[in-house]
Amino acid sequence: MKILTVNFLTCAVKACKTSPLSFPLHFRDAELEQSDIGYNPSFLRNILPRVDWEALKVTATELGFTTVPSEKPNLDPAPSNTDLPAPETAMETSEPDVADEKVMRDLHTLLLETEVREGKMVCGNCGHEYKIKEGIANFLLPSHLGR
Amino acid sequence: MEFLIRFVQIHETFHKPEIEALAVLAGVDVDFLSYSENSPYSVVRLKDEASAKALVSRSISSKGIYELWGAGTTYEELHGDLKQRSSSQWSQYQSCSFKFDFDTFSGSRTLSEQRRIIESFKYMNFNGPIKMKDPEQTFTIFEEYEYGKEGGPLRLFLGRFVGGTQRHILNDYTLKKREYINTTSMDSELALLTANLTLAASDKIFYDPFVGTGSFPIACSHFGARTMGSDIDGRMIRGRDGKDIRTNFRQYGLLERYLDGWISDLTYSPLREGRWLDGIIGDPPYGVREGLKVLGTKDGSGKEVVWINGELAHLQDKYIPPKKAYSFEAMLDDLLEFAAQHLVDDGRLSLWMPTANDEDVELGIPAHPHLELVSVCVQTFNKWSRRLLTYRRMAESQDKSNRLGRQKAEIKGTTANDLNSFRRRYFEGFKNPPVLEDLG
Repeated sequence: MKILTVNFLTCAVKACKTSPLSFPLHFRDAELEQSDIGYNPSFLRNILPRVDWEALKVTATELGFTTVPSEKPNLDPAPSNTDLPAPETAMETSEPDVADEKVMRDLHTLLLETEVREGKMVCGNCGHEYKIKEGIANFLLPSHLGR
Repeated sequence: MEFLIRFVQIHETFHKPEIEALAVLAGVDVDFLSYSENSPYSVVRLKDEASAKALVSRSISSKGIYELWGAGTTYEELHGDLKQRSSSQWSQYQSCSFKFDFDTFSGSRTLSEQRRIIESFKYMNFNGPIKMKDPEQTFTIFEEYEYGKEGGPLRLFLGRFVGGTQRHILNDYTLKKREYINTTSMDSELALLTANLTLAASDKIFYDPFVGTGSFPIACSHFGARTMGSDIDGRMIRGRDGKDIRTNFRQYGLLERYLDGWISDLTYSPLREGRWLDGIIGDPPYGVREGLKVLGTKDGSGKEVVWINGELAHLQDKYIPPKKAYSFEAMLDDLLEFAAQHLVDDGRLSLWMPTANDEDVELGIPAHPHLELVSVCVQTFNKWSRRLLTYRRMAESQDKSNRLGRQKAEIKGTTANDLNSFRRRYFEGFKNPPVLEDLG
């Protein structure tokens, strides 16, 4: 499971949905794998507003990543038609400075290129363990955890 | 400006909804001046040539778009319209290389007839070289006949080719050449059409909750979307003989766009709350082959934890969670509710559902106050048909109560046949008209 996907996953048990402890799921015995994926800043820009930053920091720390900034990068909002910046300001903002680029590339590596191949994800509320095998997590619940 | 879209006469009910969806994606206004499901030729009004190119550039249902130079019901009318409409343009094409094409529908012309007709347009005075391969300009004469009737063509057009479509990729994506498929894999043409209707595009996240062998995610990723999918059947996700969904993505060079697949049930989804999905596509199991299943037990038993040899049964590798029969209608309601909760504003849900031909068409289309029905497309089989329903997630302020749809009814019964009117009628061969209680 990619770290981006994990940021969208929580416990499948209905009673856990309302508990803040159920998100993010916590990794246990995680084996990581890295792959090469083309860097696509426009996808990142689109998707970062949907990422839960506090949860991402927890996940990253558990997996040993130390590069996640404490605050979500402040991305340029899409230029609006009513409030066009002057041409020279536009030039400045369209050139990303080096630090931004590095932060974005690190995020790309963490969110899209890093994958948990084997291990478990554990709910902090009910303690249920979801196994990950060959990169595929199993969220089917035993009947005693159903409604 | 007026343009002619050349559709291909298959899956006709998808034509117009596809072009309308592509207009949303391309940000162009399209006005249908003439359209019929029985004709491959549709005349539309668009702002300019660039809009026309952008509109069809990823169309699956059409072969190309042409600047309309003339139209008529006889050649006399066509020549007259051509002179009036486009004679001012002729001079700019006088020296470029060109060719004439002939396109007849429900009729035919011998080569010598075609040549004679093409010669009759000599007065446009094109003096450039004639190139049959890669000419700078292609002019096409379209003839439409009435199917099965003797006599001349009903409608005639002359158009200048402006832009092609993606229809040629069907050959690459055909299931015949796909590495990992099964009996429920969606036909690639319909999957690509579904992706267009759902507005799959770069920088978006799409999810398929009944992913199977990945037909829809592949189609969406072809158009640039990042995709994820899940299935209640773990065997689908894990694959077999070393082949799985990833194998297919790799085959098409799209692996970078595949995010993840996992095993889960829509009624117990592990996806967190929030409006973070751009598109959802689903072909929910109709429950014909095995009966539709979700997690749970028929009689509500199994509430206690089970131990086997001193270990928790559900943590053992061979554990299979119990599943119970489920109603297709309830599944659709769950899917709409899930979509309403997870789609961004203007994000789309497309779902496939069966409809027996002899049922009242308007009944059975599920509705949700946050979802606006955008289009209904039909694929007809011998004894039954299925529909593709596409919905748009409305912004909160646009919400309105949609009373057109089926009322949510209490669904009783525990067996697959009790719960699933479609399954029962499928096995009855659709012989008996539906009884009232079927309609929920």
